Amino acid sequence: MDLVIIRYNAGNIRSVQIALSRLGVRAEVTDDAERIRNADKVIFPGVGEASSAMRYLQSHGLDALIAGLTQPVLGICLGLQLMCAFTEEGNTECLKIFHSEVKRFPPEKKVPHMGWNSIYGLKGPLFNGIPEGAYVYFVHSFAAEPCREQIAAADYIHPFSAALQKHNFYALQFHPEKSGDTGEKILKNFLMTGNSHGEMR
Amino acid sequence: MLTKRIIPCLDIRDGETVKGVRFTGIRRAGDPVGLARSYARAGADELVFLDITATVEKRNTFAELVQKIAHNINIPFTVGGGIRSEEDVARLLDAGADKISINSAAVRDPAVIDRLAGRFGSQCVVLAVDCKRHGDRSFVYLDGGRTQTERETLPWVREAEARGAGEILLTSMDHDGTKDGFALEITRKVSGSLNIPVIASGGAGRPEHFLEVFREGKADAALAASVFHFAEIGITQLKQYLHENAIPVRMT
Repeated sequence: MDLVIIRYNAGNIRSVQIALSRLGVRAEVTDDAERIRNADKVIFPGVGEASSAMRYLQSHGLDALIAGLTQPVLGICLGLQLMCAFTEEGNTECLKIFHSEVKRFPPEKKVPHMGWNSIYGLKGPLFNGIPEGAYVYFVHSFAAEPCREQIAAADYIHPFSAALQKHNFYALQFHPEKSGDTGEKILKNFLMTGNSHGEMR
Repeated sequence: MLTKRIIPCLDIRDGETVKGVRFTGIRRAGDPVGLARSYARAGADELVFLDITATVEKRNTFAELVQKIAHNINIPFTVGGGIRSEEDVARLLDAGADKISINSAAVRDPAVIDRLAGRFGSQCVVLAVDCKRHGDRSFVYLDGGRTQTERETLPWVREAEARGAGEILLTSMDHDGTKDGFALEITRKVSGSLNIPVIASGGAGRPEHFLEVFREGKADAALAASVFHFAEIGITQLKQYLHENAIPVRMT
C-alpha cells in the first residue's frame, strides 16, 4: 500500500509515522502534490495553531489539493479541525470538507481537554469492532460542534464531535496513534477502507 | 467522561531501569522496554521515563532508548532528565517521545518554557516541580532535590502556566519515598490555582493514597514508581479499586 503523511508546519507527525510502523506499514512524509494525489491513502495529522497552519497550506497549494482528494484521507487532531468549515482559533476559514464549526472549550474546566475519554455513537467502518464507550486519548483546546457528518461523539464540558466522515474523508479529534489497542484497531480499520478512487461517492 | 490517569515512572540510568526511591538509593532492574510494555498491558494510562544518567556522553543512549520505547508502546509517554536546550527537546521528540519534562533548566531560565511551547506546542511541555515545605510555605528545589531556591511553589507554577507549560508534574520531596500518601494540601492548591492538568507524585504506598489524591488533592493524574516496580500495587487492581470508589478511570 502506498501511504503518505502530509508534511506541513504542524508538529508531532513522527508519532503517527511510528504508530504505522508498529502496524508494519511504511508511510512517507511528503508535501509533494503529485505524491499526495497519487497515493492510495493519505494521513493529515498535526498539532499546532490553526490560522498559521491554514496559511501554510494555502501558500503551498495544499488546501485545494487536500479538499479535492478522492482516495481515503484521515485527518487527526488539528487535521480534523482544518477539515471543518471554520475555527474560532484565529477566526480561520478552513477547508470546508465538513460543515462543522470548531469552537474553543468554555473555561468551565481545565483546558486543554487532555487524557483518556470515552467515545460513543460510533458509526461506519473506522469503528468496526470498537465497542461503544471505548477509551481514546485526547489533547485539544478546540472542538468541532456536533454535525451531520459525526461518526463518534465525546463529552467534555459539552458534547462534541470526536470523529467525522464524509465520503472518502475521515477525521479523528483524538490520537489513534496514542490510544492503545483501541487506537491501533482504528488505524487498521482506516488502512482497510476501500482503495478505489471515488468508490464511496 | 474524562478519566484520572495512573502513570508509572521509570528511572533510567545508562539505558537501564533502576528501581528505588528518587532522591536516595537505587538499584538496577533491567530492560525498560519490557517493563514499559507490561505496564501498558496492565492499564497504565501514560508512562514517564526520567534519565538520571550522570554523564553527558551517555545521553545518546537515552535517545536511542526513547526510539525503542516509541516503537514498542502505544500509549503516550513523557521523557525528562537533564533537558537544557531546544535541541535536546527536538532530538527526543524526533525519537518519538510525546512530551518532555523540564525542571532545573526552566527555573534557571524561565523563558525556555516560552521557547519550547512556541516551537513544539504546550501539549508537549511538562514542567516538573520538586517542592518541599518550610513551615507553611512550599519552596522549589533543583538538581534532583539537592539545591533549594528562593522560589515558592504556587507563584512558580502560575508563571509556568502563563509561559506556556501544558502540564505540571508536582513532586513533594517531603512525601517522596515515605509511602505515607501524596501531599494532598499542596497538590490541591496547585491544581486549584491552574487551568492545566496536575500530576501528583511522591508518597504513594497504598491504593487509598491514590483515591485521596484524586478526591481531596484534586489531581488530574497520579505518578508512582516503587509501588509499581516492586509489584506492591498492581495497576489493574488499583484501577478496579478506584472504579469501585467512583473515580473515573479507563478500564481496559
